[in-house]
Amino acid sequence: MTDILMPALSPTMEEGVLAKWHVKVGDTVSAGQVIAEIETDKATMEVEAVDEGEVLEILVEAGTEGVKVNTPIARLAGDDAAPAPKKAEPAKDEARAVSKPGPRPEPAADKADTTQAPPAPAKDGERIFASPLARRIAAQNGVDLKSVKGTGPHGRIVKRDVEGAKGGTAAASPAAVQGEPRKVQSLAQMGIPDGSYDLVPLDGMRKAIARRLTDSFRDVPHFPLTIDCEIDGLLEARAQVNALLEPQGIKVSVNDFIMKAVAMALKAVPEANASYSPEGIALHHHADVAMAVAIDGGLITPIIRKAETKSLAEIATESKDLARRARDRKLKPEEFQGGTFSVSNLGMFGIKSFASILNEPQGAIMSVGAGEKRPVVRGDSLAIATVMTVTLTCDHRVVDGAIGARFLQAFKPMIENPVTMLA
Amino acid sequence: MAEFDLIVIGSGPGGYVAAIRASQLGLKVAIVERENLGGICLNWGCIPTKALLKSGEKYESLSHLKDYGLSADTVGFDFDAIIQRSRNVAKQLNSGVGFLMKKNKIEVIEGTARLEKGKTAPKVVIDLKAGGNRTIEAKAVMLAVGARARAIPQIGLEADGDRIWAYREAMTPKFMPKSVVVIGSGAIGIEFGSFYRALGAEVTVVEAVDRIMPVEDIEISKAAQKAFEKRGMKFRVGCKVNSVKKSTRSVAVSINSANGDETLEAEVCISAVGITANTDGIGLEALGVTMDRGHITIDGHCRTNVPGLYAIGDCAGAPWLAHKASHEGIHAAEHIAGFRTPNVHSPIAGCTYAQPQVASVGVTEQQAKEEKREVRIGRFPFKVNGKAIASGETEGFVKTIFDAKTGALIGAHMIGAEVTEMIQGYVTAITLEATEEDIHGIVYPHPTMSEAMHEAALDAYDRVIHI
Repeated sequence: MTDILMPALSPTMEEGVLAKWHVKVGDTVSAGQVIAEIETDKATMEVEAVDEGEVLEILVEAGTEGVKVNTPIARLAGDDAAPAPKKAEPAKDEARAVSKPGPRPEPAADKADTTQAPPAPAKDGERIFASPLARRIAAQNGVDLKSVKGTGPHGRIVKRDVEGAKGGTAAASPAAVQGEPRKVQSLAQMGIPDGSYDLVPLDGMRKAIARRLTDSFRDVPHFPLTIDCEIDGLLEARAQVNALLEPQGIKVSVNDFIMKAVAMALKAVPEANASYSPEGIALHHHADVAMAVAIDGGLITPIIRKAETKSLAEIATESKDLARRARDRKLKPEEFQGGTFSVSNLGMFGIKSFASILNEPQGAIMSVGAGEKRPVVRGDSLAIATVMTVTLTCDHRVVDGAIGARFLQAFKPMIENPVTMLA
Repeated sequence: MAEFDLIVIGSGPGGYVAAIRASQLGLKVAIVERENLGGICLNWGCIPTKALLKSGEKYESLSHLKDYGLSADTVGFDFDAIIQRSRNVAKQLNSGVGFLMKKNKIEVIEGTARLEKGKTAPKVVIDLKAGGNRTIEAKAVMLAVGARARAIPQIGLEADGDRIWAYREAMTPKFMPKSVVVIGSGAIGIEFGSFYRALGAEVTVVEAVDRIMPVEDIEISKAAQKAFEKRGMKFRVGCKVNSVKKSTRSVAVSINSANGDETLEAEVCISAVGITANTDGIGLEALGVTMDRGHITIDGHCRTNVPGLYAIGDCAGAPWLAHKASHEGIHAAEHIAGFRTPNVHSPIAGCTYAQPQVASVGVTEQQAKEEKREVRIGRFPFKVNGKAIASGETEGFVKTIFDAKTGALIGAHMIGAEVTEMIQGYVTAITLEATEEDIHGIVYPHPTMSEAMHEAALDAYDRVIHI
C-alpha cells in the first residue's frame, strides 16, 4: 500500500487546488500515468503516478482548495515489494523530484518545529553563515540576516554585526515590518456595506500577486525612466520580415521586436541585466526576458531564455507558444520562474505610458505603451511619426539612473531602426 | 628607506609570536631582547613554574598510593633536582624560540632598546649586549616589553633574594624553606603556595581582599580555599600588610585585619602582589606616549597614540597573561601587514595550576549581577562524574553562566583536576558564539571529566541528567 502525497510543484508552493482526478477507485495505474491535475498559484500541473498499483482510495476530492503539500491525496495498493506507506518527507525533497527549482527557490513548507530557533535558513537557496548567537539575536530583534554583512571569519555574521544592524534602523525596520502581517481593515469598517458586492475568493495566483508585488513595491527602491521611440522604421521592417516568414506561417509581432531589442540592449549594457543580493550584484550571463501575459484571473510572466541569441522568428514562435500555454495555465514552473528582465506591454489597450512594478529579483522592467501617430518636431518644423513611449522601472540598488539611461539609449536606436540589431 | 618593516621590542610570548606572524606575512622583522628569548613566560614564568608544580603534584600523589592499591617503601624528593629540572625545561624552550627566529629569518638583536622620534615610526636605539650602540628604523615598532613583579618598598616588600622572594627567587631558591608567607592570592601566589606546601612547607597566604583568588567567581574562591586548607595551607583574607621585616634567618610579616594586628613569622616571604609594566627607560615620555596607570594605552588594533608605534601584552594592560599577549601580537602584526580585521575581543581564559586547578573564562556571577544581566546558572560536581570517581579525583565542580535572554554562554568557572586542559571547550563555545542549544547538542566523550561541562550547561536549563 502506498500513499500518494500532494506534490510541491514549485519551490514556492505550500498548498494547491486538487483540480481534477484522471483516475477513479479501482483503476490500475502505471508509473508515469497522469492521475490528477493540480492548480497552484501560477499554473495547472499534471501529477504523474510514481508507483504502479490499483487505486484503493481517493482521499481528497476533486475541486478541494488549499491542499497542503505532502498531504496524502490517494492510496495505491502495490505489490508486496512496494515500500511501506510513505511518511511525510520534507517538502523540499518532493519538490526536487517533481520540478527543478528555479534560480530563486524559497524555502518549501518546512516549518515543522517553530519552538526551536531556526537552523541555518536556506532562504534564497543559499546558506547564510552566522554564529548561533547572531542567529538568535537576529530572530529576537526581527533582523533579517540576509541584510546583514558579516565581519567574522570568511564573512560569517557574528554578534557584533547583528547588534550593529539592531542600531541601524535602515537594516532592521523593513524586516521588522515584514515580521508582522499588515493590518487590513474589513471593507465594512471602511464603509462598504456587506452585500453590496460579490466576493471573488483569493486563489493562489491572486495571493501570490498580492504578496510579491506588495513586497516589491514596498521594499525595492524603484524609479521610472521614460523615453519616446519613433517606430515607423520598425513597422516597415516588420512588414518585410513577415512577408519573408509568411510561407513558414510565422508572424512577428511588435512585441517580439521589442523582446529582441531589449535582449540586444541588455547585451550592450550588461549592468542593466542585474539582480540585487546581499552578497553582491548578480550580473546575469544571458538576457532571459520575461513577458507579462494577462490570463484569466491574473497574469504570468513566461520567459524567452537567452533571447540575445535567438532570431526574431525563434522569438516569435516561442512567445506565441508560451502565451498560449500561459492562458491554458499549462506552463511548467521553469518556464515562468527566474527571468532576468521583464517586458509588460499595454499598447494594445491604447495606454500611452505606465510604470510597472518590479518583478523581483529582476533589476528592471520595461513598460511599453501604444504606438500612435503623434506630432514630432524635426529641425524647426512639425511632422507626423508613429511614436511609442516606453518606461523603464529600475531597482536603484543595482540599476542607477545612468545605467538605466544607457540601456534606453541602446534600446531606442535598435527599436527605431531594427537593422542596427544586426550590428 | 627603513631597514625593517617591523621591529619588535621584547621576545616574550607576545613579541616572538608577533615577529613570526609578521614574517609569515612577508615583513622583514627584527626583534630586540635584553635578556632571554622567550621572555619571562618561558624562562621565569608560566613554563618553569609548571615544571615545579608537576614535581609537587607527583610527590603529593605518592601520599595517596594506598588509595590506588599501591605501596612504596620510601618516598622522598631531591629539591635541587626539582629546581634543576625546571631550569632544563626553560632552557629547552628558550633554544626552541631561537630556532623559530632563525627559521623565520627574524634578526635577533641582543640589547636594551629605547625609542627616539622617527619618521613613519619611532627610531629604535639599542645598547648592544656585545657593546656599542645600533640604531635601526622600521615602518612600525611594536612594544612587547612585558612586566615585572611589583615591589612595595614602603612596607619592606621588595625581593632581596635572601628572605624576601619574588617569582624569580621563588623559582630558583637556594634552599627548601620550612615555612613560607605568601603575600597575594592571585594565580602566582597560589601556585607557589601550592608547590611549597606539596613539598611540606608551612604555607600561609595573605590576601587583602576578603576572599582568595579575587578575580574568580565567589563560589570558586570558597571551594578553592577549602581545598587548599584541606592540604594544610593557611589563609589570612581581608588583611592589609603593615610591614615585612627580615632578620638573618627569618622574616616577620605584620598584618592588620578586622580582628586586629597579627605577625606571621616564616623563613621566607614570597611577594606576589601583582606586576609593574616595564615601561620606564624606553623614552615613552619624550615621545608623548599616552599611558594609563603605568600601562600603555592602545586602541582595538593595539596602536598607541604615536604613529607607527604599537604595544601588546602585559605592558599594554590587563589581563596579564601570555596567551593574551600572543593574541594581541598576532592581531597587531596582521594590522601592520595591512589586514583590516575588526577589533578582536576574544574571551581570555585564566588558569591556576595549583592542587586542585582552577580555570575560568568570561564573567563571574557577581560581574553579571553588577551588569544587571539576567542569567541562568548551572553547576555540576565532579564527585558524581564517572571518570573522576575512577581516577580518584572527585574534588571540585563546574559552573556555567548563560545570558537568560539570548542563551549565550557568558561565563564558565571550574575547579578540579586538569580543568586547565578542559576550559578550552568553553572558550571555543564562547568564541564561536554558541548558545545553550549548541552546547546541549554537543556529544561529550564518555568517560571523561569533560562530561561535567556538558552537565553544568544542561543544569543551567534544568536538564541535568546525573543528579
